[in-house]
Amino acid sequence: MSTHTAIQTHELGKRYTLGVSGRGYGTLRESIAEAIKKPLRRRNSSSEPRSDQLWALRDLSLKIDSGEVVGLVGHNGAGKSTLLKILSRITEPSSGHADVTGRVGSLLEVGTGFHPELTGRENIFLNGAILGMRRSEIRARFDEIVSFAEIDRFLDTPVKRYSSGMSGRLAFAVAAHLEPEILLVDEVLAVGDASFQRKSLAKMSEVARAGRTVLFVSHNLAIIQALCQRGILLERGRAQADGPVSEILDHYLAGLERASVADLIEREDRDGRGWQHTLLKKVEMVDASSGQKNAVVGGRPAKLVVEVTELLPGLECRVTIANSFGQPISVLDSEISAPADARDPELGPRIECEIPIVPLLPGRYRLDVGLKANSVIQDGLQAAAFFDVEPGVMEGRQMAGEGSEGSVAFPHCWRLPP
Amino acid sequence: MLDRMETFRLQPTRGFSRVLAPRELWRYRDLAAQIALRDITVRYRQTALGGAWAVLQPLGFMVVFSLIFGAAAGISSNGIPYPLFSLAALVPWTFFATAVLLGSDSLVANAALVSKIYFPRIFMPAGVIVAGFVDLMISFVILMIIVFAWGWAPSLAILALPLLVAIAVAAALGTAAALSAINVRYRDVRYVVPFSIQMWLFASPVVYASSEIPEPWQTLSALNPMVGVVEGFRWATLGTGDAPWDLIGISAAAAVVFLVAGLAYFDRVERAFADYV
Repeated sequence: MSTHTAIQTHELGKRYTLGVSGRGYGTLRESIAEAIKKPLRRRNSSSEPRSDQLWALRDLSLKIDSGEVVGLVGHNGAGKSTLLKILSRITEPSSGHADVTGRVGSLLEVGTGFHPELTGRENIFLNGAILGMRRSEIRARFDEIVSFAEIDRFLDTPVKRYSSGMSGRLAFAVAAHLEPEILLVDEVLAVGDASFQRKSLAKMSEVARAGRTVLFVSHNLAIIQALCQRGILLERGRAQADGPVSEILDHYLAGLERASVADLIEREDRDGRGWQHTLLKKVEMVDASSGQKNAVVGGRPAKLVVEVTELLPGLECRVTIANSFGQPISVLDSEISAPADARDPELGPRIECEIPIVPLLPGRYRLDVGLKANSVIQDGLQAAAFFDVEPGVMEGRQMAGEGSEGSVAFPHCWRLPP
Repeated sequence: MLDRMETFRLQPTRGFSRVLAPRELWRYRDLAAQIALRDITVRYRQTALGGAWAVLQPLGFMVVFSLIFGAAAGISSNGIPYPLFSLAALVPWTFFATAVLLGSDSLVANAALVSKIYFPRIFMPAGVIVAGFVDLMISFVILMIIVFAWGWAPSLAILALPLLVAIAVAAALGTAAALSAINVRYRDVRYVVPFSIQMWLFASPVVYASSEIPEPWQTLSALNPMVGVVEGFRWATLGTGDAPWDLIGISAAAAVVFLVAGLAYFDRVERAFADYV
């Protein structure tokens, strides 16, 4: 197949208006009040630029050829999802333009088109149509989709009775059998168990090799590295770097570490869903015996400290530990409580997590932190902190050294013949 | 292969764009069918009475209205038995009211879809109306059974029904499209609509006959498209009275205005739905 330009954007920009109506939805009363205030404001400050506008994407010009598999990386709010939304026509650009050649299919959070009352069979047709498949195409691939999703027995059961794993598998299966010329993928490989994830990954690399143009967004850098040849690093709505994927990932990781050194309050790449009544101020992994910050010893105790700006009732915290490729290894979630947990009135605006032994092999690790108060998301930061694990001893045994395979140190004990 | 692939330019649109672009709607026809099918299938799933609900609501109102307005208040029904008089009006009215009520909430109820997938958004309110059409047919069959059982029969005027239904569909689609679009920005619509529909019921000749209204108000009232539809339905299904062509004509013109204005407004704001919903 000959190569042609699949996507070309020219000074593409997307502006969002912040404030109450931009964040969620406004009421009529608010906009009437706004309309009354507007002329007054205009009189006071006639030429002041509007500060409540945010350019999620700004002057983005790039060219992607057919058959290229491109990974988009960047912080939260860098504009990755906005770009995919524009390319899939969900939202319009505010300036510039993009030329797209060929049919576009998008896998943006698979399964959004599922209706819980409909059966698996009915949902396959509905979701296929939503993703842009013709009815005949869906019929032709129906059996393949069903067997890929491993739901044969539950085909005529309403999806609301499915486990989350099952509906996730079905959603991915429908989406993965789309055959558009251009495929936009946003964080979809996180469904199902490990074996299904392997299967999904294999399917995605099959798609990537089949000469289709793929634009891939994932926080899992290992997947990006494995699937893509080219990487584009977005920062504050602009393309910061563009090149071979490994170079771009290095660039991105180096940037993440630089950002983590600064005071967290100054970070602008926060999770936009949060209410931000309280913000993450400082995240540290502290060695329990030496008190050293962000350097702990494998097999020894440590303490994770999360400082926040405001003490709100019902604070909860969720910390994802990822390896240096951004591959999540484990998650510590205070909402999943245990008898030993406690709420301490003396603690102040901070959350602490005691870790009796650090079960990690030597290496560098990253902490992504989310914050809630009374079940409402407040704030979230990726790469809120990095910490190093130094080689230690796990139950009397020396850990394997740095550069060895994997991340997890297992407490274990052998029985061997003499 | 290359020459079959079109290049599509994505850019800020000015003026009108998609709703009235037939090519775009045709390209997504399979999705339109699936959404309508979903709305039909889902409507009565996991209800004990299922499709009977399509009939129970107008029948229930018929009984209540007959007792209150027919028997107690003694409102004139032009010699027609009050139950028939009100049911012939309630069948199209229920279709219209349900279509506007569910249609105005359709974009917000499908927020997950609207913010994640592109498709012509008009399918959402339109799908609700197609699903309501199925209900209309069920309740129409029941109406005819009751009319015959009462010893009445429609005349040839029944041939005017498709026109009357078309007026109701146009008025419902225009109203639902506009309200669903406003609802994306201002959830006030959710509270205004149920109340307004009740007002609208009494502004339409459902419990009374149009002939009770003095001129010129009677003719002017037909600017409400449901006036022509309701009076037309009585005339067409009960085979009685003079053809209310003046009312039907004015209502048809009003319905076209509702439809065009509703779709035009929808079109203007459609592109921003995903940013607000």
